[in-house]
Amino acid sequence: MAGHLTVRDVHVVYKLPGRRQLAAVDGVSFDLAPGEVLGLVGESGCGKSTLARTICGLEPLAAGTVEFDGQPVVALGLRKRPGHLLRIQMVFQNPYSSLNPRRRVGDQIEDALAIAPPSERSSVDRLLDDVELDRGAANLFPHQFSGGQRQRIAIARAMGARPDVLVGDEPIASLDASLQAKVATLMRDVALKNGASLLFISHDLSVVRVVADRVAVMQAGRIVETGPVAAVWNAPTDPYTRRLLAAIPTADGLGRLPAA
Amino acid sequence: MAKPPGGASDSRLELEADAAATAVYDEVQDDRAGGSGGSAGPGGSGASGVSFSALRNRLRLPPTFRRPMAIIGMSIIVLWFLVAIFVPWIAPYDPLAQQFDRLQAPNAVNWFGTDSLGRDVLSRTLYGARISLPLALILVVASAIIGSVLGAVAGYFGRAVDEIIMRFSDLVFAFPTIILAMIVTAALGPSLTNAVIALLLVSWPSYARVMRSMVLGARSREYVVAGRLLGFSPFTSLRRDILPNVAAPVLVLATLDFGNAILLLSGLSFLGLGATPPTPEWGAMVADGVQQFSDWWLAAFPGLAIFTVVVAFNLVGDALRDSLDPRTAGAVQGVKI
Repeated sequence: MAGHLTVRDVHVVYKLPGRRQLAAVDGVSFDLAPGEVLGLVGESGCGKSTLARTICGLEPLAAGTVEFDGQPVVALGLRKRPGHLLRIQMVFQNPYSSLNPRRRVGDQIEDALAIAPPSERSSVDRLLDDVELDRGAANLFPHQFSGGQRQRIAIARAMGARPDVLVGDEPIASLDASLQAKVATLMRDVALKNGASLLFISHDLSVVRVVADRVAVMQAGRIVETGPVAAVWNAPTDPYTRRLLAAIPTADGLGRLPAA
Repeated sequence: MAKPPGGASDSRLELEADAAATAVYDEVQDDRAGGSGGSAGPGGSGASGVSFSALRNRLRLPPTFRRPMAIIGMSIIVLWFLVAIFVPWIAPYDPLAQQFDRLQAPNAVNWFGTDSLGRDVLSRTLYGARISLPLALILVVASAIIGSVLGAVAGYFGRAVDEIIMRFSDLVFAFPTIILAMIVTAALGPSLTNAVIALLLVSWPSYARVMRSMVLGARSREYVVAGRLLGFSPFTSLRRDILPNVAAPVLVLATLDFGNAILLLSGLSFLGLGATPPTPEWGAMVADGVQQFSDWWLAAFPGLAIFTVVVAFNLVGDALRDSLDPRTAGAVQGVKI
């Protein structure tokens, strides 16, 4: 199975007004093996989304390398995205802005199908089945769906391109609490069923725990801890991870607030 | 809407529920806007009544176009276009024939009087629609297309392309429109074609400005990025993802600009830079009338023609703007925001 993603010592720098610079991603390295689900957690502003965008080639690298199957991921400028990188796809945070409001859902999924290799090409109907939507959805426009349904459509579109790596940039952050776990597991199932690995970004450790095989904890542009989910959950070594875990509210009926 | 956890059947339920909610919402909107006009009110009796009202709703104009001012505007425009098409059968006399006594006040034979060469002013005014309307249409469509394409390219590609295109537009903006158009027409030689070319040259930048700012806002939206990730080239991305979502304001601008185009064309003709005699162009006719100030009918009727067309297009442009802008669309329907 192809689709090995290698991230080595990646730095991404944003220019701020007045010659100042912000190191959004500050020396991150990890591997994503084919068929693996890696959860990336961290607080707001720690560089998770920047890292996701960098992997898709949406942010230029200041230093380090991102390689996909041995070929470097280059920044997407004004050229077409190179063919081998089309096998990295992304699901965005906000389902209300990630679908073109003027085009039918089916047409938007077709766009993705068009870049899949002919031998592995799926169909709109099958993709809608995968994300548990009615097949009639293809003829409707995005505004006719709820947020959760739109996120399913976005997942279907991303999967239509037959990616080897699916990146979810906080795909559940703007969903209803009752839907978060459902859409997250759906995303995992759809990705694995179609032979893609998944980089699942979230600030919610409890959801990542359900979805991911391995978890990386990010703080201020660096990965502070990484390991199998169970290990990190039960025996966190980094103080920041411990604080994150302590911040998860427990539903034990005692009405406790998370420990400070 | 509460979403119970469950399997595949839930999402279908959601779909249906959403569709039903939308339909109800639409009915409420229509009832509010239509007032007491609807005979088959909410919960119309029987299946046939429902399908009839659904059909009628589909044929109906959007609420913002059902206001008196918009209807007046549309009627005037339709009327003028009918006149332009059927003028040979409508006009009582040949607009160029000098067959009557000079400078007669409006009377039973010549309803709008005659001009200084003994031509019928009514016939000339009606024939004027054949000159002004098509030229204004060409002018507005061409400058909207040129301006939007240049603006979209400037906004999407940015940097040097943006600088070059927008500095050219600044150059045009730096001069008063009518003066620059006068200079260009004077240099090319007075004729209607040259007047249109000159006006094209001075009117594209406003479209470019609007389009550029819209594209700048739209190009970083997530669906545009998602399209690029699916391998769209920048031009495909512009055509498929950006332009359909930003076209509305340009359409409004074009409608509002139509009246302006007629005014500018008439203005150039008035100054002797557009239509050449004996063409019955409205601006040129007003200019003739100004020389015989005591014979008011010479300038008044072609002036009235210009006035009605310009006002009509502004009214329709306003309605179009109100209906495309969700904030004002709600206000027009009397829905509290």
